[in-house]
Amino acid sequence: MARGEPRRGRGRLAPYLMILPSGLWMAAFFLVPMVLMVSLSLQTGNLIDGFRQTLHWQNYLDGLDTYGDKFVRSLWYGFLATAACIALAYPAAYWIAFRGGRHKSTYLFLLLLPYFVSFILRTVSWKLVLTDNGPVLGPLRHSGILPDGFHILDTGVAVVSGLTYNFLPFMVLPIYVALERIDHRVVEAAYDLYASRVQAFAKVILPLSLPGVFAGVIMTFVPVSSDYVNAEVLGGPQNTMIGNVIQTEYFNNSAYPTASALSFSLMAILLVGIFAYARTLGTQDVLEAAGR
Amino acid sequence: MILFGFNDTRGKQNFEWQGFTLKWYRHLFDKSDLTTAVVNSLTIALLSTLITTVLGTFAGLALGRYRFRGKGSTNLVLFMAISCPEIVMGASLLSMFVTFNLPRGYLTILVAHVMFSIAFVAVTVRARVVGLDPAVEEAAQDLGAGPWTRFRLVTLPMIMPGVLAGALLAFVLSIDDFVITNFTSGATVTFPLWIYGSTRTGTPPQVNVMGTLIFAVGILIAVVSARRNIRAAR
Repeated sequence: MARGEPRRGRGRLAPYLMILPSGLWMAAFFLVPMVLMVSLSLQTGNLIDGFRQTLHWQNYLDGLDTYGDKFVRSLWYGFLATAACIALAYPAAYWIAFRGGRHKSTYLFLLLLPYFVSFILRTVSWKLVLTDNGPVLGPLRHSGILPDGFHILDTGVAVVSGLTYNFLPFMVLPIYVALERIDHRVVEAAYDLYASRVQAFAKVILPLSLPGVFAGVIMTFVPVSSDYVNAEVLGGPQNTMIGNVIQTEYFNNSAYPTASALSFSLMAILLVGIFAYARTLGTQDVLEAAGR
Repeated sequence: MILFGFNDTRGKQNFEWQGFTLKWYRHLFDKSDLTTAVVNSLTIALLSTLITTVLGTFAGLALGRYRFRGKGSTNLVLFMAISCPEIVMGASLLSMFVTFNLPRGYLTILVAHVMFSIAFVAVTVRARVVGLDPAVEEAAQDLGAGPWTRFRLVTLPMIMPGVLAGALLAFVLSIDDFVITNFTSGATVTFPLWIYGSTRTGTPPQVNVMGTLIFAVGILIAVVSARRNIRAAR
């Protein structure tokens, strides 16, 4: 970490002034609501009689007991989709950063082009792509490659593929930024020291780009495992995820305490997972992000 | 993969290709509620991107450049905001608005969008700042540049790729957001909400046209801002 040495007293105040507006915004609209939600999750009651604060932990136990399998499925889908995103995003970002030449930003832009189309529209059109007689499965079925009973829609595969497609940019951007920052002279130095292409990649480029991958994993895994739109549009009733449950509890059943408890459980599970993952990975960037 | 995305978006419009027509463009504004939704989406996305990019860039700069009291906790909050599932944010904001009896609508959506985009922009910018050499700015200072000049002519061009990526991300996040908007919208409808509501009854062709136009506008904004930045960097 380079440290700018301010020469005047005014420089001491600079970081505070720079951070203040965002800080206030985050405090008012992120931290306070969180606290209120936790408080809500410990209440009992219903819409008609109103809710009372009873510090009722039962909401959590009931929630985990009833929907445990949904939690597990959400995390599993999240893992699969995140892995698929890395497999697709890393080579693409690598190619743009190192082979893009003068048109780097153009290529990046082209890659992100589909994502200017609305997320919902994308998901619905993905459904059209995956339908039994759609552009992908139709020809395969007619040519007899696929058995008649073969479906993708309303399966876990459909949900994971939709998630992968939808959240790809969250993986591409951070990896690209990290790769782009790598000083090419360092890579050349590796070659000068008789590193093969594989060695140069494994010993120089990959370690330097890991912070980007790490950020990408968080940016992808979290929204993916808590998403409910893909599961609803592509998965059918057999493949619902925890997000679907939370949404239903809030809007259809108005069971605010239960829904809050489930939301908080989801966040806690994901946060614990991320911290464990950060610990194992142990890159400097991670520890910094975790505020240690 | 690029082609793939194209296929998909084009496929949506050609799925049942009945011949080329501009009819739907003529009837584009027939559904006034859809038009309102699109206008809401666009203005919210633009405002949110603007506010977020400014706030997030300064936060990212501060975090990447200085050491100060509370840096750890600031990082932790940003980290949490990024690690926090959308549905949880939406739920918590809803809890707050319900608790304080705040009417939900346009402003609450905007506030929510800025809130969840700040962390992404700040982290993207910070990643860029950490890789910079502070000596360059000190040189500018030695050459008599004031803080504003220093920022405009030295710092900003250097961190521009990060700022741009952040702004792009903020825009895409906002225009696309369905989950948090769903929780904070009240009676105000944005484009994604409208589409979601229409999938049950059948999506009218105007949606595809609007989708195409938003797509085009989004690209236009990105291209124009990229050009401006390239020029500024020179």
